[in-house]
Amino acid sequence: MIDPLFEEALRILTFQSGFNSAVVVAGTAALGLAGGTVGTFLLLRRRALVSDALSHATLPGIAVAFLVGAALGLPERSLPLLLAGAVASGVVGLLTVQALSRFTRLTEDSAIGAVLSVFFGLGVVLLSVIQNLELGGQAGLKTFILGQTAAMAQGEAIAIGLLAAGAALAVALLFKELRVLAFDPGFAAVQGWPVGALDLVLMGLATLVTVIGLQTVGLILVVALLIIPPAAARFWTDRLPALTLIAAVIGALSGWLGATLSALLPKLPAGAVIVLVAGGFFLLSFLFAPARGLVAAALRQGRLRLTFAERRALTDLLDGRPVQGAAALWLRLRGYVRDDVRKGGALTPAGQAAARAAARDRRLWERFLADYPALLPAHANWGVDPIDSVLPGDMVRLLEERSAPS
Amino acid sequence: MMPDVQEFLQIDAPALLAAVLACAACALVGNFLVLRRQGMMGDAVSHAILPGIVGGFLVAGTRETLPMMLGALAAAALAGLLIEVVRRLGRLESGAAMGVVFTVMFAAGVVMIEQASAAGVDLDADCVLYGQLETILWLAPKGWASLANPAVWAALPREVLTLAAVFALCVALVGLFYKELKITTFDPALASTLGIPAGLFHYGVVLLVAATAIAAFEAVGSILVIAMLIAPPAAARLLTDRLAAQILLSVALGVLAALVGYGAAAFGPMLLGVSHSLNAAGMIAVASGLILALAVLFGPRHGLLGRRRAVGRLRAAPGFVAPEAQKP
Repeated sequence: MIDPLFEEALRILTFQSGFNSAVVVAGTAALGLAGGTVGTFLLLRRRALVSDALSHATLPGIAVAFLVGAALGLPERSLPLLLAGAVASGVVGLLTVQALSRFTRLTEDSAIGAVLSVFFGLGVVLLSVIQNLELGGQAGLKTFILGQTAAMAQGEAIAIGLLAAGAALAVALLFKELRVLAFDPGFAAVQGWPVGALDLVLMGLATLVTVIGLQTVGLILVVALLIIPPAAARFWTDRLPALTLIAAVIGALSGWLGATLSALLPKLPAGAVIVLVAGGFFLLSFLFAPARGLVAAALRQGRLRLTFAERRALTDLLDGRPVQGAAALWLRLRGYVRDDVRKGGALTPAGQAAARAAARDRRLWERFLADYPALLPAHANWGVDPIDSVLPGDMVRLLEERSAPS
Repeated sequence: MMPDVQEFLQIDAPALLAAVLACAACALVGNFLVLRRQGMMGDAVSHAILPGIVGGFLVAGTRETLPMMLGALAAAALAGLLIEVVRRLGRLESGAAMGVVFTVMFAAGVVMIEQASAAGVDLDADCVLYGQLETILWLAPKGWASLANPAVWAALPREVLTLAAVFALCVALVGLFYKELKITTFDPALASTLGIPAGLFHYGVVLLVAATAIAAFEAVGSILVIAMLIAPPAAARLLTDRLAAQILLSVALGVLAALVGYGAAAFGPMLLGVSHSLNAAGMIAVASGLILALAVLFGPRHGLLGRRRAVGRLRAAPGFVAPEAQKP
């Protein structure tokens, strides 16, 4: 028997649970995808938290737009007007951050903190004005702060999905330009790329994602869509195309699973659940990603230590120094040492060969480090890697000549 | 129409006192955040304490302050630890590490609130964001004359007393460790060679900020806490080059922002003939933003106009040759 809850989850996940929830889930997934792709470049440009100032700065614009709408006599809150207001004040906030950190002695973090809190404070004051005016339709304004997918109408969800897809497409089209901007803006400028305009495009895309995410995730947490997926993807790869792709997938999965969970279970606000799902992906990547994850790094380091200890034990035996404890046990397991170490000639033939190779490696590495310390390749684990596989053959021959006992 | 004295003393005075103390304490410790380029730490901590507050509330089952504060302190310590772990072990830049940690913790807090309200517990994310300045009441005084009675002062609201204690703690710690804070802030490497533990002071500053933020959020809300941690010290930084002067100035500007902001929120609409008042915490944040904007524009040496004037003086000096005239 299948759990009814599980069945329902399966239906929502596969978009078979009514058109409306399918559209909302798909729109949220598209939002996550756009957040992941745009966020990748924000992260590499070290601009991750600027988007936090941006999202908080949208609140006064929303409030002003609502007041304008009420003054014009619009019957209900009109979403395009509110979002236009959000864009306007978000951009003002963004420009203020840039001006503060560029033209004054304040650092960027102070500029972000000041803009974020002052603009949000202004928004809160304006909201209290609206509350006092007792206008209709104001209840929806608070949903912008913490987000709510339930309030999303079908048309809105479709628009969000299309805009998000557009943002992701823009990143794909500008991939080469954004790549050079992210890694070496100075080089990009020298090559004749319009660096300032590209930066503007990137921040514009971030603004777009923030504003369309306001309703779903809320303005406090929307920054998570831009930060967490790329930060999680960073553990999986060192290559930019793969990084962007993985961030997009993690973002889309977070939106998809989060919206589903929130539709499925009562009292789970969508924005927070999406962020928590993304946080779960981050934790998994942080621990288990093969490229830079903690477990992989620990394994790599452990293997390095083991190899180093084995080589030292082997050369010790070769020089006639006894080896005891865990190292001796390990050598016996590897078949390098006969069971009875106390008797002479304890090394097996395989052990003899390995020990001689280790001793030669150590001798040559020492010579190399003494004679050519500046030439050490950055990626080499000297003293552990076999020297023939790291250094070119003629260098090894030279070292052999130099280190030959005279 | 002026509010009568008793109403002022019972409603406005305690709120004003709480706001002033919170602003002064935040501005004081905020100096070290601004100088250490850790402005976003206040933002991260004040978001990340939400699950701790809710957790403390759920465990204790009451609206008592102590369990909530303990929970918040635990959450702040956890957030600081996680940010360091993600930054060091994950090799992410500190901004991204903060962004990951505080959004996830805030989201966890929001979910906890919703789940708790499903169980019939009334708790709101709003009170954490905006604070409850308007609900602080001091019922003891009946008029100016009653202020001479010490029993009236003993009946000050708990929030005000807490904030006064935290402000005193901040003043004491900054005064006591002024020399060490100064050297670890400006030259941590030199501090380490002199045997002053720079790392310890880094965590000390973060913890002090967390304690201040936690004491203040209940009264004034986390948004105002962030504004007060950054805006007054940033404004003071544009007005002076001396640390002691900057600290004193930032506290003064914080107090000024509290007075102006609260006055505008409580009495501004009254002057316009509207009976409702505006959100005081938001207004104080706006006032601090205005002060910062004024400092940016008119700061004597580091303000935009002041710098232009200095350049003008340089150009007018005898013997100056304009760069555009220096053609070979």
